[in-house]
Amino acid sequence: MAVISKMAKAGSVESNDILVMISPGDGKIDIEVESIVYNQYGDDIKKTILDTLEEEEVTDAKVIVNDKGALDFTIRARVKACVRRGSVQDV
Amino acid sequence: MNYLNNFNIDTIKVIDKSEYPTKGQKKNKITEDIDNLFKELDIKDGYVLSFHHHLRNGDQVTNLIMKQVQKLGVKDITLVASSLFPTNKELIPLLKDGTIKNVVTSYISGELGEAISHGELKGNIIMQSHGGRARSIINGELKIDVAFIASPSSDNKGNISGVNGTNSCGSMGYAIADSMMAEKVVAVTDSLVEYPNYPTDITEDYVDHILLVDSIGLKSGIVSGTTQVTKDPIGLKIAKDTLKVMEASGLLKEGFSYQSGAGGISLAVTSFLRDYMIENELKGGFASGGITGYLTDMLEEGLFESLYDVQCFDLEAIESLKKNPTHLRMSASQYGNPEVSAVVDNLDIVILGATEIDTDFNVNVMTGSHGMLMGGSGGHQDTAAGSKLSIIVSKLFSSRIPLIKDKVDVITTPGTTVDVLVTERGICVNPLRQDLIELFEEAKLNIVDIKELKEYSENIMGKAKPIEKTDRIIGVSEYRDGSILDYIYEVK
Repeated sequence: MAVISKMAKAGSVESNDILVMISPGDGKIDIEVESIVYNQYGDDIKKTILDTLEEEEVTDAKVIVNDKGALDFTIRARVKACVRRGSVQDV
Repeated sequence: MNYLNNFNIDTIKVIDKSEYPTKGQKKNKITEDIDNLFKELDIKDGYVLSFHHHLRNGDQVTNLIMKQVQKLGVKDITLVASSLFPTNKELIPLLKDGTIKNVVTSYISGELGEAISHGELKGNIIMQSHGGRARSIINGELKIDVAFIASPSSDNKGNISGVNGTNSCGSMGYAIADSMMAEKVVAVTDSLVEYPNYPTDITEDYVDHILLVDSIGLKSGIVSGTTQVTKDPIGLKIAKDTLKVMEASGLLKEGFSYQSGAGGISLAVTSFLRDYMIENELKGGFASGGITGYLTDMLEEGLFESLYDVQCFDLEAIESLKKNPTHLRMSASQYGNPEVSAVVDNLDIVILGATEIDTDFNVNVMTGSHGMLMGGSGGHQDTAAGSKLSIIVSKLFSSRIPLIKDKVDVITTPGTTVDVLVTERGICVNPLRQDLIELFEEAKLNIVDIKELKEYSENIMGKAKPIEKTDRIIGVSEYRDGSILDYIYEVK
């Protein structure tokens, strides 16, 4: 299990990328999505983030993302990098 | 001349010496007093007022004049502007208070388009092509009461030149029909020059009034920001493949004619075409459309015989128009009016963009991924219809905004006139063009079925939720011949 112990960032706000910010949560997963394609893909983006967090065994985190139209594999990579940077193993 | 068919011509009265004319008193056309001018123009509720967009986002004339109309309390104006830009967001309050009722245009971007998409117009928005606009004005379908012509320079009689003056814009092709057909024509200028002002884009015989103002625009906004060759490797790959398509079509031969938009990928196609022409010692006939420095360089290098210029996109184009005799001006009617002989009908190849394309090759360049107005045909419809080969260049994956859909939001250009789509993941050919399919197969180009390419992209991007619209129709997408292609709906 990965415990998020500090704030971390991954990604960028370039076109086709996503900026992911993670910080310790208050006992649950909390996701805030801002996206240029929110109307079309908002739910998909949330689900991809949730699934990736689950894979990484994160159960307690606040995630804020600013998406510029990233595809799923980019979102997954950015979330994973963020988890590594923000979790205890990384310290 | 009602005596032409009069057999008793001797019954016609000859005027008396006392009725002989005196030497004419010529009316003064110039004024700096906008209030007085408007008194004379006597603009009434429901009038049709027209403007051109050669100053693009630097234009200050449309806002200035429309605010004067608002000040006078005139309502229900039909605004006929060849295009509208982000700077025209200042007109949003005029939609709300009923000064402007209808909008007729060929391109709209920025907050004004969003406001209209949200249903702020009392009347309708009519989206036309450049050629369709000229057609409807010249054939009398669209009657203009007063045309306000933003004029980079004018003399005291109203000879207007687009290449002189501090805010020069070059060719004034979109203002020609308005100046010929409007009931009254007002040149609005900040540069009064010696008579005669030449080279003349609009001559004095069409101009009734000249309004002197401090500034007609901002130079920085006049020169378009889109005129850079893309550096994106995906865009460059698309451009390279597009050149292969052009070569395989067999149209790249001595004297061929060419047009491309000013988008990054289109400019890259032009740039690769230049290399190809030099390498193969190929000389083209004419290039047309909005003209950029890339094309004027090719003219000066002798790669094209001439340029047909309806609007200049950059300073190089304006300079070239001044000095090169084979850099020719053309009006929007000569460019693409479907009811007359037009330049687009002589085009071999056109390179165009698309916001969305459906599996029948119908193209949308009018609304964006949120369904709001953010573009328009411009010359898209005209060149697609006129050219022997119309090629759409676009990235398949661009910020997760789907390119290929089952149904586009609004049809701007009908698929029956669109021949080829070039993306980074393959080339799609309209099944109506079996001749091209055969040629491309022979050349071993990477042809893919547009339906398969749509599925492929949906597998990677996911299927987008459809754009939410209300049932209220706020306008129409008009075809260049005046028929209606599609409705435009209010966005939720």
